[in-house]
Amino acid sequence: MSVTIQSENGRRASPIFSVVATIAKTLGTIAITMLGLLFITFVIGRIMPIDPLISILGERASKEMYEATYIKLGLDKPLVVQFFYYLWDVVRGDFGVSRLTARPVVDDIIRVFPATLELATIGTFIGVFVGIPLGVVAAVKRGTWIDQTARVIALVGYSMPIFWLGLVGLLVFYGILGWVGGPGRVGIFYVDIVPTVTGLILVDSMLDGQWDVFRDAVSHIILPASLLGYYSLAYISRMTRSFMLEQMNAEYVTTARVKGLSEWAVVWRHAFGNIKVPLITVVALSYAGLLEGSVLTEIIFSWPGIGSYITTALLSADMNAVLGGTVVVGLVFVCLNIFSDMLYKFFDPRAR
Amino acid sequence: MSNAELGSGEKQNLRDWLRTETPTSRRHARIASLYQGWLTLKANKLAMIGLFILVFLVLVAIFAPLLAPADPFEQDLANRLQPLWGEGHLLGTDSLGRDILSRLIYGARITLYIVTLVAMIAPIVGLFVGTVAGYAGGWVDTILMRVTDIFLAFPRLVLALAFVAALGAGIENAVIAISLTAWPPYARIARAETLTIRGSDYISAVKLQGAGPLRIIVKHIWPLCMSSIIVRVTLDMAGIILAAAGLGFLGMGAQPPSPEWGAMISEGRKFLLDYWWVATVPGLAIFTVSLGFNLLGDGLRDVLDPKDAGDA
Repeated sequence: MSVTIQSENGRRASPIFSVVATIAKTLGTIAITMLGLLFITFVIGRIMPIDPLISILGERASKEMYEATYIKLGLDKPLVVQFFYYLWDVVRGDFGVSRLTARPVVDDIIRVFPATLELATIGTFIGVFVGIPLGVVAAVKRGTWIDQTARVIALVGYSMPIFWLGLVGLLVFYGILGWVGGPGRVGIFYVDIVPTVTGLILVDSMLDGQWDVFRDAVSHIILPASLLGYYSLAYISRMTRSFMLEQMNAEYVTTARVKGLSEWAVVWRHAFGNIKVPLITVVALSYAGLLEGSVLTEIIFSWPGIGSYITTALLSADMNAVLGGTVVVGLVFVCLNIFSDMLYKFFDPRAR
Repeated sequence: MSNAELGSGEKQNLRDWLRTETPTSRRHARIASLYQGWLTLKANKLAMIGLFILVFLVLVAIFAPLLAPADPFEQDLANRLQPLWGEGHLLGTDSLGRDILSRLIYGARITLYIVTLVAMIAPIVGLFVGTVAGYAGGWVDTILMRVTDIFLAFPRLVLALAFVAALGAGIENAVIAISLTAWPPYARIARAETLTIRGSDYISAVKLQGAGPLRIIVKHIWPLCMSSIIVRVTLDMAGIILAAAGLGFLGMGAQPPSPEWGAMISEGRKFLLDYWWVATVPGLAIFTVSLGFNLLGDGLRDVLDPKDAGDA
């Protein structure tokens, strides 16, 4: 704000300063939000009824060993000091060691995250390429059966338990019809064939030229990605519709029509051109939602992503993995939100 | 003159009284405006379907012992995994031979219990935080809204899972976990409403009469926040049901042998390919109820919050 005032006074603020100020402010927001996030995970880690020492040392540790580890871990210090220890560990990228896999949690997360990313990205693509046209058409044909159908599709999407829809999908398309691959990322014969480059199997198999692996991976991802895509399109189509309705009632649309422009040009070039910016935010939000919302989908489809990682860890009381995973998901969520804000400002001069 | 005509005449009077433009008392005005809202809602077919589903759910929950054909916990291993429309078991039996229909009927109680509790806790916490932040302003506002943003930044299901992991699995803890993740949007709404109300003349008038901040917030700001909160609650209910069912499905909510719908799906999942109805029937119940809430919420938004509806 101060920057604009300065430039109005005639002293032109240097553009570098304004960029630095924006970046600093953004980083500050991320930092404060992450601090709060870490505080919550810290509290959750403290109130859990499981003794962390027993999980490290095992049930039969001697009393001396127990006490030595107790002091070594800093558990004798006040909680505030412990919190700073925790912060310091996290800042260095150390979430501790997972009990279940006996590896550092960070390594585990790096290994599982691409699977979630792949799923959520394809889901979002489906959501965008089906949801946006659906929303636009519903707005243009407002009140007709097309609009009503779009409304029902969205409402059903909001109301459907995703894990149930996943089960039914597996039952019908895999169990009965056999059209798609079953649970997992690839069939059992294709596991570990392609070398890991990006961690995204679709990309890796293409890079390696293994087209049969690629085809198999597609047949496995299509069902869970469509499910996530359905949720995404329910949200995106509703938002698109309400944005479009606002535009279609505006006077410039009437003007464009009076000028004799084709309906296609009025709708897609004029009205749709004006809702692109808010739509970016909606798509980013839904992308973030899919990254975290895929927890249940991943369980149903035995998809080795971050959602199933956290849940499996949870069921075996592997708190390091749970909290580490939660922090990473939270971080991605926060970053995507801020990224969409920045895009908004970039594309819409009024928001600057 | 028949009685019927007289009756319809009285009905007409009542309707006129309800639809009056010039109410004679405060109570009259309130009832008349409620009636207006009801008429608008009644015209919305989808909303009425939603209301019907929910009334049905409540009735089923209340009269569960009368409606259920069998004991939902009674196992009968000789008759396990009976098909749909089977003899004595309309919706078949599960892997322990328990009657699925009876379990669904008793499960309605659990669903209603969770939804009611969350719908009481989350909006009240949010309303409190939001109005205090909006009315106090300054650093109180900054701190409270920062906290709200932090909770909003957390992915909901993951946060609820982490909380349940720390607190231990069970219905009550699931309620607490879902409430803890559900309150921030209410705080946002309440704060926004408070900011617009705070500067209005009637608040200044009340202040001049010597009302303290507590009285202003409770008596003069809360009532005006109610309509947007109610709409949000109804629309949120579906999400709450889905979250509770998801937790139950993951084994983090209601524990066996409780007939919670999500847990029933999870039990039936093992037999999906051969005995599909065990897992799919409870899912239909979850879907129907959350659809009911969504339909009603959509309609209520048009009635209570016309500025947001826009696209009725």
